[in-house]
Amino acid sequence: MNKHASPNLKAQKISGGVATDQRHDSAHKHVSGTAVYIDDLPEPAGMLHGCLGLSTATHATITKMDLSAVRAAPGVVDVLTAKDVPGENDISPTGRHDEPVLADDKVQFYGQPIFCVIARTREEARRATRLAKVEYSQLPFVTDIGDLDPRKDKLVTPPLTLKRGDAAAAIKAAPRRLTGKMRIGGQEHFYLEGHIAVAIPGEDQDVTIYSSTQHPSEVQHMVSHALGVPSNAITVEIRRMGGGFGGKETQGNQFAALAAIAAKKHHRAVKIRPDRDDDMIATGKRHDFLVDYEVGFDDDGNILGVDFMFAARCGFSSDLSGPVTDRALFHCDNTYFWPAVHAQSAPLYTNTVSNTAFRGFGGPQGMVGAERVIDEVAFAVGKDPLEIRKQNFYGTSGDKEGGRNITPYHQTVEDNIIHRIVAELEASADYASRRRIIAAFNANSRFIKRGLALTPVKFGISFTATHYNQAGALVHVYTDGSVHLNHGGTEMGQGLYVKVAQVVAEEFQIDLDQVKITATTTGKVPNTSATAASSGTDLNGMAAQNGARQIKDRLTDFAAEKYQVPRDQVLFLPNRVRIGNQEIAFADLIKQAYMARIQLSAAGFYKTPKIHWNRDKGEGRPFYYFAYGASCSEVSVDTLTGEYVVERTDILHETGRSLNRAIDLGQIEGGFIQGMGWLTTEELWWDDKGRLRTHAPSTYKIPLASDRPKIFNVTLADWPEANEPTVHRSKAVGEPPFPLGMSVLHALSDAVASVADHTICPRLDAPATPERVLMAIERLRAAGRA
Amino acid sequence: MAKITIRNEIRFILNGRDVALPSVAPDATLLDWLRLDRSLRGTKEGCAEGDCGACTVLVGKLSAGKLVYESVNACIRFLGSLDGTHVVTVEHLRGAPGQLHPVQQAMVDFHGSQCGFCTPGFVMSLYGLWMKSPDPSNAAIEKALQGNLCRCTGYEAIMRAARAISSYGKAAKDPLAAERKAITARLEAMRDGSRVEIGTGRQRLVVPANADDFAAVLDKEPGTTVVAGSTDVGLWVTKHMRDISPVVFIGNLDGLCAISEDNDVITIGAGVTYTDAFATLAKRIPALGPLFDRIGGEQVRNMGTIGGNIANGSPIGDTPPPLIALGAQLTLRRGKKRRTIALEDFFIAYGKQDRQPGEFVEAVHVPVPAKGTKFAVYKITKRRDEDITAALGAFFLDLAKDGTVADICIAYGGMAATPKRAFGVEKALLGKPWTEATVETAMSEYAGDFTPLTDMRASAEYRALAAKNLLLRFFAETSGSKAPFQVSRNEAA
Repeated sequence: MNKHASPNLKAQKISGGVATDQRHDSAHKHVSGTAVYIDDLPEPAGMLHGCLGLSTATHATITKMDLSAVRAAPGVVDVLTAKDVPGENDISPTGRHDEPVLADDKVQFYGQPIFCVIARTREEARRATRLAKVEYSQLPFVTDIGDLDPRKDKLVTPPLTLKRGDAAAAIKAAPRRLTGKMRIGGQEHFYLEGHIAVAIPGEDQDVTIYSSTQHPSEVQHMVSHALGVPSNAITVEIRRMGGGFGGKETQGNQFAALAAIAAKKHHRAVKIRPDRDDDMIATGKRHDFLVDYEVGFDDDGNILGVDFMFAARCGFSSDLSGPVTDRALFHCDNTYFWPAVHAQSAPLYTNTVSNTAFRGFGGPQGMVGAERVIDEVAFAVGKDPLEIRKQNFYGTSGDKEGGRNITPYHQTVEDNIIHRIVAELEASADYASRRRIIAAFNANSRFIKRGLALTPVKFGISFTATHYNQAGALVHVYTDGSVHLNHGGTEMGQGLYVKVAQVVAEEFQIDLDQVKITATTTGKVPNTSATAASSGTDLNGMAAQNGARQIKDRLTDFAAEKYQVPRDQVLFLPNRVRIGNQEIAFADLIKQAYMARIQLSAAGFYKTPKIHWNRDKGEGRPFYYFAYGASCSEVSVDTLTGEYVVERTDILHETGRSLNRAIDLGQIEGGFIQGMGWLTTEELWWDDKGRLRTHAPSTYKIPLASDRPKIFNVTLADWPEANEPTVHRSKAVGEPPFPLGMSVLHALSDAVASVADHTICPRLDAPATPERVLMAIERLRAAGRA
Repeated sequence: MAKITIRNEIRFILNGRDVALPSVAPDATLLDWLRLDRSLRGTKEGCAEGDCGACTVLVGKLSAGKLVYESVNACIRFLGSLDGTHVVTVEHLRGAPGQLHPVQQAMVDFHGSQCGFCTPGFVMSLYGLWMKSPDPSNAAIEKALQGNLCRCTGYEAIMRAARAISSYGKAAKDPLAAERKAITARLEAMRDGSRVEIGTGRQRLVVPANADDFAAVLDKEPGTTVVAGSTDVGLWVTKHMRDISPVVFIGNLDGLCAISEDNDVITIGAGVTYTDAFATLAKRIPALGPLFDRIGGEQVRNMGTIGGNIANGSPIGDTPPPLIALGAQLTLRRGKKRRTIALEDFFIAYGKQDRQPGEFVEAVHVPVPAKGTKFAVYKITKRRDEDITAALGAFFLDLAKDGTVADICIAYGGMAATPKRAFGVEKALLGKPWTEATVETAMSEYAGDFTPLTDMRASAEYRALAAKNLLLRFFAETSGSKAPFQVSRNEAA
């Protein structure tokens, strides 16, 4: 917020309303180191610290667990095992009862928590943890889905099938067809602030928990289950996270539950902050996929039928793998109309950490599969992939010729703007002429080859579990006219708090600095959904608006009655209210309303209209609307080593009528780079013993400033607006920009293809590390020689 | 040797105040001390291994009498190594009364923070850069930020902020600039020529008074852990919780931090950091400049030493292969006794070096390649910057007048248990005409020279193939072929 000052009563516009570029509400605290993260909170006297003991077997029964040395270590107060869990030893977020807080007799991945040391200091807890002597009886394990049969092997949750038309017949009847397989790697969230929970015991059964979570209500419910106490005993609070990206949707439950158990047992505050390695080993990641595809098409590259199998490495438990793999299928069309389609998922059980939510939630993997199919067809018919993309786009809603706007899940695409997005980007990025320049460059450059690609994005907005699409907010107006705002959404850096505050400021027509944003807590707004699925602003903005409107309604009634004017003569102007012919300050109206005993507090609520989904039938309208964008990237590749740089990226992305273009731009730039990282240098690597060996930034490489495209032009399309009545006609922006990173993968593929004169589809898998790029080049060269 | 006085406390300046610590654990880190003892919680822990930069602080040190501020990773910087320095944390930054510092205000106005957790570290790195270079190029900013990870912004907003800092204030008017003389005087006053000794028995740390004193200390207690930049030993503590005491800290030690040139041999003291070596090496042996720019991040280069990179004997250290290819010699010292060996002979086997108990690496002597000879070094990583080598090849070539190979030395890192020469390849090249046909024949010798491993950085197949291809790149670069030979970050506007 800006510095506190008296509101300007003559302003034409409030300061900080919607559709203005507001900085992040905590920016000044971020830069000065005064923004408080959970580890920065003052520690209550006597606080204890926990450290997880992780399994050193990949799949085994525990035959002996000797923790005597751990208990005897300096500073150790207690060692928790499964039997110390007073309630249910389960934190499965979907109720499948497949994920223990602490593993009991069996471990199912290397790094699974089996005990928790509680000591006076974090250091002592960490040191003691290493003294455990655990013996195992090894069981056979599988870590790689390449070794599994998606049709036969064990699944962690029921699969989904989407179908429209007869794909098998369409492919069979098509003039041309091909099959292929693609590997798409997973991704570590690498939030800069790792997981953390602080539990402070209260009287009776009460516990207050500060948890770095995107889903306080779920932490509340999980802790209550684990403690065996009602939800009303548990309060979960989070002011801000140091990044989430989906990694803190369910994965904080374990730390919160253990901190709470220890806190209640010892009547002392308990903090658990795993170090980076334990965090990366013991918490879930983006699902990696193997995609099998078969496509039928004609000689012009018009796709006639597609069949997909999306097999995912889910890890040892279901966690969110059901909805994640569902969303992969929901995006196996990306922006394309498949005339006949059959797509199925296989959420496979593996002896790896249970994979979880990550920005895009399976959607990007589905889209990468779709784009591979496009590439295959383009190479098969010898056309620029962009031509194949455009000719297979969904039709627009005005398109009467044959309804090319039905998705594989039978939702009609009503808001398609991808044609214009791509046309504008193609022009502004100078695609055609650069295509020629690159061809000339490649013809004259022996070792370095350039590549270019333009890829589109269509992303479905809403939780596919319909009931999650609800939100609450709590709005108080104090007698001085200042506003206290609370809602169920969490702030992980994405700027949700400031956007929702802008909505409330706009509603009351008061300056943004009159709205105090307060920490998310289950005690103020109950039963919230995770801040996820890009829905934070859509849901909480509407709920807060609803809360503000309730109060405004009461104020309007009050003013109309008191001043004896019709309701429509009460107008909320910037920082003031016009009542009939006179204007009074907003704060003065509030004072009068208080004196007249008008309720100045409201619980706002919102539920997304129109959506429904029948998973058994594979039909419905899971998404309220779609968000669109496109990116165009050019790369240089060293054909001797596979090393590459991104020379230039152009992005055109839309967020409807943006609430805050500065915040949205940051989401787009950041989302693109994160997506690029996923598809390029970020590689998860398990060794032959099933151990994840990339569990720290020394071995797991997210993009740096020097990995950015050398030229990076990002534009928000200023013409679209949401075609549904979303909050001020804005659109979600959290996840949709992430798959813009696909253009880098395809540009790399294009550069690789140049070594065989663009006659062979490179089938470049992700992440396209320098190694994969070089090996693809070798493969194409060998094929070219054969 | 003059009698050394002993002091039993570490002294340094923290932000504005002098600090004297009589009790410091040998393995206490600066980050834990700041956060837990001083409640300065603006400095964050992101990884505790010097790779993410969330814990970046500035450390001012007197280098040849001049006060120099450098960004460092507080997570792996030992408290005991700070004697005689000025530690500056984000809490110390300020602008005009009631205002943010120009670096901070630029970051706010250009939306350079999202979740904010990495932000204090970015602010400190940018502050360190701005003090040295108020109007930096994109390349300079990227280099200064190689050791800072941000997962939210995609960096573009941070770059915009970095370019704009000088429009918010003048570096010359910055508080640290204004205080420079006073701080220098206070640091000078702390330099009393003493040896610092804290603790007893196994919980003991020593900061020697100078290089000779270090030699005496190590000679007396050969089992002491020697810590220079702590970019490696720091992780023994934070990651492996190894007991490292007793410890001797030799960073910034008089007599160990000099670079000198004599008859085209550059002698680098074992305590010289990558940053301090850069100017001389990049000027005299230009091929080393781009390599040094890709070792660690800025914070690691400010702490890490070439001596440490050699002494720890890692097969993936970045400096041994090029120095071996250049024919570098190593001076080892125990007490007053010194011996000089060829650098390549120092590396015996994995984890085993030719270093006797009580002996330490004192200096490395690097011949500057003669005019007309060719020298190149290529580092291959998954991510271009701040990544550990998958394979690194260094090539030295001297051609006879007739175009045949008169001398060739090829050394690799990441391809064997030690930094290792490609003797078979060299043999296949020596005396032959420097042609692509010769090179292609020689490339088949790699299989005999190296049997690389598969690990998380690269597969054996990739290492073998890419390593081999580097010879072709070297040939192309040295034989008048048409550029470009490598992808590069820096030619863009």
